[in-house]
Amino acid sequence: MGEKKSLLQLKGITKIFSRGTVDEVKALDNINLDVNAEDYITIIGSNGAGKTTMLNVVAGVFPPERGGKIIVNGKDITGLSEYKHAAYVGRVYQDPNIGTAAKMNIEENLAMAVLRGQSRGLRAASNKQCRELFHSALAPLGLGLEDRLNAFVGTLSSGQRQAVALVMATISKPALLLLDEHIANLDPRTAQVVLELTEMIVKKEKITTLMVTHNMELALKYGNRLIMMHEGRIVVDLNQEQRTGLTINDLITAFEQASGRRFIEDKILLRR
Amino acid sequence: MPPIIQGVLNTSISEGLVYAFVTIGVFLTFRVLAFPDLTVDGSFVVGGSIVALMIHVGGYNPFLATIAAFMGGLAAGSITGLLNTKLRLPALLAGILMMVGLYSVNLLIMGRPNTPMLRDITIFDSVASWFGMERSTLLVIIVFAVIAFIVFMVLNWFLRTEIGLTLRATGDNEQMVRSLGVDTDKNILLGCSISNGLVALSGALVAQNQQFCDVNMGVGMIVMGLAAVIIGEALVHPRGVASMLLAAFAGTFLYRLFITIALRLGLAPGNLKLITALLVIIALAIPYIQKKLRHEWMPPAVRW
Repeated sequence: MGEKKSLLQLKGITKIFSRGTVDEVKALDNINLDVNAEDYITIIGSNGAGKTTMLNVVAGVFPPERGGKIIVNGKDITGLSEYKHAAYVGRVYQDPNIGTAAKMNIEENLAMAVLRGQSRGLRAASNKQCRELFHSALAPLGLGLEDRLNAFVGTLSSGQRQAVALVMATISKPALLLLDEHIANLDPRTAQVVLELTEMIVKKEKITTLMVTHNMELALKYGNRLIMMHEGRIVVDLNQEQRTGLTINDLITAFEQASGRRFIEDKILLRR
Repeated sequence: MPPIIQGVLNTSISEGLVYAFVTIGVFLTFRVLAFPDLTVDGSFVVGGSIVALMIHVGGYNPFLATIAAFMGGLAAGSITGLLNTKLRLPALLAGILMMVGLYSVNLLIMGRPNTPMLRDITIFDSVASWFGMERSTLLVIIVFAVIAFIVFMVLNWFLRTEIGLTLRATGDNEQMVRSLGVDTDKNILLGCSISNGLVALSGALVAQNQQFCDVNMGVGMIVMGLAAVIIGEALVHPRGVASMLLAAFAGTFLYRLFITIALRLGLAPGNLKLITALLVIIALAIPYIQKKLRHEWMPPAVRW
């Protein structure tokens, strides 16, 4: 292989919560993952499989257990605090309220996002040049937000807020984009719009993306690689060729073989 | 204009300007940072006691003393911020502990509970001597207005800078700010510092204006600040940075106007704090009662 550059490497990542108590949970169990530049990986798994925990580790919300390593662009960032991880990682959350600041307007939100990972000083946060950049970043969304830079984000609908959050996560062109069920809280039509926007931005900016979803259909339709997690481990890892032509039933079979469990137990948790 | 109205206006304008720094300080922590900081009662006197020490005891230049008072407030606020961010004390408790602790610190600074500055040269005397004037109410108002204008301009600029924007967002959505690569602990530290620096500046100017500093002069300052914030918001409905700051000035002026009129009408000064407390209680309870009447859902009361 060798022709593709490795962008993110997770080496021996384990995460244990409430260690030493009766509630001890091994949320991640020795995860090893090599993500190539410009990969668009969809991640599925039932509740408690460790999907979000894995994103949290990559985003630096908490460090992995000793011995685990997070390497981005050849740089070991293990143990750095969350705000330092942010230089490499843009993230869109399930809840649109988390990705944006409601009491500030669109322009101010984007002005904060455009400086991701850079040192901030006493320069004016936004100027004409910035506004032109924001305009051109928002215009392709087709939501008319580019003409409402002064609108307070709290007055937008959840779909619009999530679209702004998506632009905020990507406007500084971070190495990695983490999507944590970012359409799960939206109504079906808005979800479709935001999903298409995601596809457009990821393709245009060539950002390496990890998308967590509960929806197997989406997991097959989008991206170029599919990962299935179970009990803190990666149990299925399909590249573009392997997953071409697969159906949801094939995925279920793969899941049952890999996890040694009947899918029926998880059916309520994984949406068809 | 009848002299009585002139007198009421003069008092409310000058007090409205000087106490506006307390209001802005309270506004910065409570509203901008969502950090209910009660350090204010202590840091107000930090400002007063530092100028009392430097001007009365040390004979220093009053401008130097005022700047030192501001820095004393910065230091007090940064300790509150550190207690919260580094030692994880709840914001309310961190502020209460600082308020109590600063009482002793202020006594230590002054060396006694009350320092008169009747014969000392304050910034008002300095400014008066530059222009060869006598110290007068108008002069005090002008000095306050100039300082208020500077504070307004600096904050209006600062809150729009790259750092200022993330400071404002920290109270709005701390998780988002961190996910954009900003150390929110630093922002809280910075915000608490600036807030208490302004409060101490106010204390320093009030002490020089009334020509004495008393260790108890900060009691209830936080409630006064909150009342002024609430009045200002009700009056101006602020949206942007400039209108938020103007709301603080307007709120403080109106609050002082009410108080001055009430005192002239014969309200016993001792009842002032009770009235202010009731005002804040009513203002905070109204939205809840309105929602209750409309059978709307309300989140449970915050208890920390």
